[in-house]
Amino acid sequence: MSGPLDATASQDLGAAGAPKLAGDTFPKLLLDMAKRRGDQPAIREKEYGIWQSWTWDQVAQEIRALACGLAALGLKRGDKIGIIGDNRPRLYWTMTAAQAVGAIPVPLYQDSGASELSFVIEHAEIRFVMAEDQEQVDKMLTVRESYPKLERIFYDDARGLRHYGQDFVRDFASVQAQGRDYDARHPGFYDDAVAAASGADTAIFLYTSGTTGQPKGVVLSFDNLIKTAANGIAFDALNADDEVLAYLPMAWVGDHLFSYGQSYVAGFCVSCPESSDTVLLDLRELGPTYFFAPPRIFENILTTVMIRMEDGGWLKRRMFKYFMTVAKRCGTRVLDGKPVALSDRLLYALGNVMVFAPLRNTLGFTRIRLAYTAGEAIGPDIFDFYRSIGINLKQLYGSTEASVYITMQPDGEILPDTVGRPAPGVEIKIAEDGEVMFRSPGVFVEYYKNPEATASTKTADGWVHTGDAGFMDDNGHLKIIDRAKDVGHLNDGGLFAPKYIENKLKFFPDIKEAVAYGHQRNYCAAFINIDLEAVGSWAERNNVAYASYQELAANPDVLKTITNHVEAVNRDLSQDPRLASSQIKRFLVLHKELDADDGELTRTRKVRRSFVADKYGPLVEALYSNQDQVHVETEMTFEDGRKGVVKADLKILAAQTFGQSEPLKMVG
Amino acid sequence: MSEQAKRIGDTLLRVEGITLSFGGVRALNDVSFEIKEHEILAIIGPNGAGKSSMLNVINGFYHPQEGTISFKGRERKRMRPYVAAKQGIARTFQNIALFKGMSTLDNIMTGRMLKMKRNFLWQALYWGPALKEEIENREFCEKVIDFLEIQAIRKTPVGRLPYGLQKRVELGRALAAEPEILLLDEPMAGMNVEEKEDMCRFILDVNDEFGTTIALIEHDMGVVMDISDRVVVLDYGRKIADGTPDAVRADQQVIDAYLGVSH
Repeated sequence: MSGPLDATASQDLGAAGAPKLAGDTFPKLLLDMAKRRGDQPAIREKEYGIWQSWTWDQVAQEIRALACGLAALGLKRGDKIGIIGDNRPRLYWTMTAAQAVGAIPVPLYQDSGASELSFVIEHAEIRFVMAEDQEQVDKMLTVRESYPKLERIFYDDARGLRHYGQDFVRDFASVQAQGRDYDARHPGFYDDAVAAASGADTAIFLYTSGTTGQPKGVVLSFDNLIKTAANGIAFDALNADDEVLAYLPMAWVGDHLFSYGQSYVAGFCVSCPESSDTVLLDLRELGPTYFFAPPRIFENILTTVMIRMEDGGWLKRRMFKYFMTVAKRCGTRVLDGKPVALSDRLLYALGNVMVFAPLRNTLGFTRIRLAYTAGEAIGPDIFDFYRSIGINLKQLYGSTEASVYITMQPDGEILPDTVGRPAPGVEIKIAEDGEVMFRSPGVFVEYYKNPEATASTKTADGWVHTGDAGFMDDNGHLKIIDRAKDVGHLNDGGLFAPKYIENKLKFFPDIKEAVAYGHQRNYCAAFINIDLEAVGSWAERNNVAYASYQELAANPDVLKTITNHVEAVNRDLSQDPRLASSQIKRFLVLHKELDADDGELTRTRKVRRSFVADKYGPLVEALYSNQDQVHVETEMTFEDGRKGVVKADLKILAAQTFGQSEPLKMVG
Repeated sequence: MSEQAKRIGDTLLRVEGITLSFGGVRALNDVSFEIKEHEILAIIGPNGAGKSSMLNVINGFYHPQEGTISFKGRERKRMRPYVAAKQGIARTFQNIALFKGMSTLDNIMTGRMLKMKRNFLWQALYWGPALKEEIENREFCEKVIDFLEIQAIRKTPVGRLPYGLQKRVELGRALAAEPEILLLDEPMAGMNVEEKEDMCRFILDVNDEFGTTIALIEHDMGVVMDISDRVVVLDYGRKIADGTPDAVRADQQVIDAYLGVSH
């Protein structure tokens, strides 16, 4: 359809704009960086309250020692090494070190339990693991009990591990020490090993978190990653002076491309936060120029801002409210360089001094040049909020199978409900059934040891099924509606796009998560999770006492507020003729937070809709009955792994729906 | 257990024949026991048994009418709090005693006060040796912060923190003094299961990583039995048992004291 045409144009752009590459593998790029930018910072980590940094030259030395150490311990070409932990320089180095000797790094999600991990470790036939700390080492020891082929476990942080007597558990530094010794005795080894690899070789396995079924190991080559990274760098004019905070899971393709791939190609410095709790503080200290976050993080930041403004003094609240209306009116136009009335321009400039600039500073976005969001649709209001205060937030659409980029929004062409034009080098077509398909240099090699899945996802001539339903709009921008398999129909034939409705609900800071039902039903209904932080703050300000999440979620005033939110969404939906029939008639507020530990969310915190529908089957049925109350008992997993049962009587609430032609003033 | 037995050394602190009265009330009556190097000793007993009084005697808040305390071989009748602190006895309190308006970091820095050698004038000038000293002490505090995993609240005023974290900050302040003996008065009181587990891990880690000797008062028997090497049981101001957790658990007198038998 419109895909191939766009593609030829963008492919030329990509080829012309991409920087000349100094190597076709990451270890080769590293050697080049050490030569050209040896004294420039390559990576930082905040430790003991101070940003510690390593130059490209130091990083090259560290990685060389580690690579030789791994080789001395028996890591061979084609072996797999697992990497698990928060973003730490040493874990990133392990990736390059493994690649230098021809081994394949397999980053693992750090908050997965031992049972989830053992599937991946066995499937990928991992021999060695680099673990961050005692917590991860313990999990690996559990995995090893059932999978003895996991030969060695290394660790970065020695705390609590002193008494682990096992000889296969070793400290990072001791591997490096052995490596330096090995290097001295085999002087040509490292350079030969690096030279032996080429772009077509496998660079990494990235296991997809899998909304359904077991995770699949996506095999990406050096060519996939390096070419895609270079295209992205050219598209957004990234350079060696950019500044990035690496805080998203290392096992996720986005982090791998932005914090690893592009750093090696463009030469910019990557910083690792002090701990997962300090990310927002570190963000503020660092002031990155290039920032990536899934919509959830932008939502969380916005929720925090709103809560803190509520707690502010009268004057501050008024000022914030006033200038936010100014920003809403003209902020995005100012950012896009479009014409704006002089009076608005002056007001916006004043607002910038009084509100927007201090707000950007508080959030750590003072130096931000480019921010991306992807992974899920972002609420248009959230998106506009950031753009209107002067942050160049853009959407991209991508997948692990594409080494990230499929479409990106070019500067100045930002439409909140689309995900932009095809990225450089990417061709897009829409299949007969509405599914989006793409072909690009980043297209994955295969799913590891899963030829059936590979064949059903990737066609013989290189087109990949995304599983998403969407269409190209008149401007040549791609618009994604939902997962192709999730888009359904109500019994009256009306379109039902659950994610679209859920996203609208989730824009309200009080609502953390929502699950919509409606496919082959008479009307649309929903589960709602309140946001403990936002609603808790409301409770505190209004002297509402509560002992637990469950109690707060059942508070009549809270239920009333949520009902108002649902009705606001209905009003919004009623404006769109295609979606007017999917207004929410009945809903309930869940008694517990949906949690990845209970399997209700994926590790990337997406709702597993069918799992939730099965688990809470009686609740779904109650939504489609005449009951106004339903009893539920749910098993839940506590953070320490113990299980308990939560019982609750949930109220089923009805929300007002609106006729399509009904004017807004009918409400209230 | 055998590994722990090996790491435990000689007697570090000994209390002998301690008797403490407040007017007519005998809080402690001829209590003797010892704390060995590198061990975790739990002092348990029903309410009003004299546990906190015992810690207060060791650390010099209370001066017993009879009995002696010997620490690192030096015997004395009355310990003064600042002497105790100087010699390496640090403690936390049953009711948190932090500076609520100060940040976590500043609170922990106060634990380093005794290590600061420069006088007031130098510190006010904040230059040369005073600056160097401040940096050295800050470095140590940062290690404590890292150890207790409280980086995210480094700059947060302590009064705004939840209870469990305040307890952790208090432990941090005690650790900042690099103590040889750490006295913990109900470190887990009022905590939920998760906070208790965290605290247990920190106590074990402190003992393991720094080799600090720990004496703690605790009500949660599960915790006591899990983490301590030895248990001393007090009842009505008298010591009724002293031994390994298993031995103490089986002791008839202890069972009676907890279940209540007429005296």
